[in-house]
Amino acid sequence: MADQARFAEDTEQFMNSLYSAALRMTRNRADAEDLVQETYLKAYRAYGSFKAGTNLKAWLYRILTNTFINQYRAKRRHPDETDLEEIEDFYLFRRLGGLEAAAAGRSAEDEVLESFTDEDVKQAIESLPENFRITVLLSDVEGFSYKEIAEITDVPIGTVMSRLHRGRRALQKALHEFGEQHGLVGAKSG
Amino acid sequence: MTRDEQQDELDCREALHRIYHFLDGELTADRRVEIEAHLNGCSPCLSMFGFEAELRKVVACRCQEVAPTELRDRIAQAINHEHDQAAT
Repeated sequence: MADQARFAEDTEQFMNSLYSAALRMTRNRADAEDLVQETYLKAYRAYGSFKAGTNLKAWLYRILTNTFINQYRAKRRHPDETDLEEIEDFYLFRRLGGLEAAAAGRSAEDEVLESFTDEDVKQAIESLPENFRITVLLSDVEGFSYKEIAEITDVPIGTVMSRLHRGRRALQKALHEFGEQHGLVGAKSG
Repeated sequence: MTRDEQQDELDCREALHRIYHFLDGELTADRRVEIEAHLNGCSPCLSMFGFEAELRKVVACRCQEVAPTELRDRIAQAINHEHDQAAT
């Protein structure tokens, strides 16, 4: 059992990453701040039932995710149930010239990656349908394992893997579109 | 296609299939060694792996935010308030 008196000290280090995740989830600052505050209050109240020494970060993310799904999703008239189209593997790499460019000794891909701005990456993540967005965020940004993500989002590991697989390809496609808009990527056919 | 070529092709397919599991740290030590050996000997697969690894880094570091001080203060106040209420 965790000591409530130590709550602030124990959890302070996770506030930036919880706030980052909340911003990607809610897509606006006011809602993200409310979501983080609500998460910290709920966590404080429940801290007595948190088993000290277990994964505190994952526990906080579970509260954040549940609060987001229950409160913020319910507020919207049209829940985001969008599915994703089928997109090929290694979408971005292939569109950037892929192996031909690599064989020619050009590092076009790396240059394009470097040129993506913070805003590009944030918007690409935020363009994903909610279930895919949360799963990709927990893995690629926060570095949680499949098992941890399954526990945080309350779905089987197989679902986590399939959401990651499809969500990442959609993320690559979204990034490619930003690249095209900036003229970083030629509108290449095929 | 010779037997060896078939074997190589299978390895590439298998390696590419597992690149994400590798990057996610979800492979057993034995599997990691197998994939590493393949990548070291196969430059097309290594290029793709390198790109995906770099993309992962870019995605992770391009969307870090700092919680506003005002939010930190609000949360500290809310918790103090909660604490005081519980004490009475």
